[in-house]
Amino acid sequence: MKEKVLQVAAIQNGTVIDHIPSSRIFSVVSLLHLEKLTSEVTVGFNLRSKSMGRKSIIKIANRFFTDDELNQLAVVTPNVTLCIIRDYEIVEKKTVKLPEDLLGIVKCDNPKCITNNEPMRTRFHLVSPHALCCHYCNTQQALDEVKLCD
Amino acid sequence: MNRSLVTIADHTREKIEYLIQMATEFERHPNRRLLEGKVVATLFFEPSTRTRLSFETAANRLGARVIGFADPKVTSGTKGETLKDTIMMVSNYADIIVMRHYLEGAARYASEVAPVPIVNAGDGANQHPSQTMLDLYSIYKTQGTLDNLNIFLVGDLKYGRTVHSLIMAMRHFNPTFHFIAPDELQMPQHYKDYCHEHSINYVEHKEFDADIISQADILYMTRVQRERFTDLIEYERVKDSYLLKMPLLAKARKNLKILHPLPRVNEIEYAIDETPHAYYFQQAGNGLFARQALICDALDITLEDVLKDTTIIG
Repeated sequence: MKEKVLQVAAIQNGTVIDHIPSSRIFSVVSLLHLEKLTSEVTVGFNLRSKSMGRKSIIKIANRFFTDDELNQLAVVTPNVTLCIIRDYEIVEKKTVKLPEDLLGIVKCDNPKCITNNEPMRTRFHLVSPHALCCHYCNTQQALDEVKLCD
Repeated sequence: MNRSLVTIADHTREKIEYLIQMATEFERHPNRRLLEGKVVATLFFEPSTRTRLSFETAANRLGARVIGFADPKVTSGTKGETLKDTIMMVSNYADIIVMRHYLEGAARYASEVAPVPIVNAGDGANQHPSQTMLDLYSIYKTQGTLDNLNIFLVGDLKYGRTVHSLIMAMRHFNPTFHFIAPDELQMPQHYKDYCHEHSINYVEHKEFDADIISQADILYMTRVQRERFTDLIEYERVKDSYLLKMPLLAKARKNLKILHPLPRVNEIEYAIDETPHAYYFQQAGNGLFARQALICDALDITLEDVLKDTTIIG
């Protein structure tokens, strides 16, 4: 019998973010502020995937996120799979849902927008499944072209 | 409740009619002591002499004191002060802030941080609600109604924020808009989509002639600016196509009024000033009453207060 080997080691407790397009992995890191965590984070980059060809995966030990934190991911990775792990078992699977209001996530692409000129949090409203509207300058932008705040 | 005025695009039909009624009262009696004891700050981070004079006159004629600046070079913004800090500082002194800013969204942001109401006197290319309010008041005054009118928008429909705001504010009144613009300055698609979403009728015309104009109740002219063109040959070709000259009014309806947000350069021939159709100077004058209404509304002074007002002078 052929033994199945995990490409990234399992975690005992924590959160697994799977099916991340590899080009978006750094966005996921920055949206969840993973660089500031002290718990163990393992990253699998450019792994083989049946459904995606290549994918990335992040396993975060001993950290559970709120739905609001996770739903931010929908801006850059709408199709990720989230698994909540307790004692090596998947106890919950989730998908992400784009929130109606995005606070401090997306950068406005209008250079004359107040949010690009004042130390303040950006705010966008979802106006269609594919477009956001800046709460301040009313500029619309396509979701697949958004840039994230620094 | 935050009584700031950032945009009137979201106002209901009732609210617009209410403000028009208030402006009518102020036109009847513009000089009052209704705002005695109040301080109005006018913060112009971008110079705009006619808008500032109109707001300051509105405040002065209601008995308020006015503080502020007309030139951003004299403020701490040039020393690196944030908008928030300037607004917080001025909020200590004034009961209301009238603000003009070169950045889009500045008014919305100021209204979120300020403890006093903000009246947006224009934020970049975004909103200019007091201009829209005076346009609505002028249309109402000259036509006796805002309902079912044929409104022609001519010139720069791409960048002209006054025409965009007018479309949004008129959505409750079943207008038919007519768009006449050079190819480079056509009405942006998302405003056409807005018309579809809100069942606003619009027609696009290629010609700008007496036959077309004969259908108009309101002819709203705007300036076609050279700097808006990427192709200067195209500018030279079309620059004179959207000028309003006497023969174009040959078949005009009796009730036709010509509006223009001013300043005019050459869009409207001077001879037209003498016709009963010219209304642009009165339109600017109506700005005073419209702004009196907007300032009072932001200060929570109601139409009832204005009707019962005993401080009328003269």
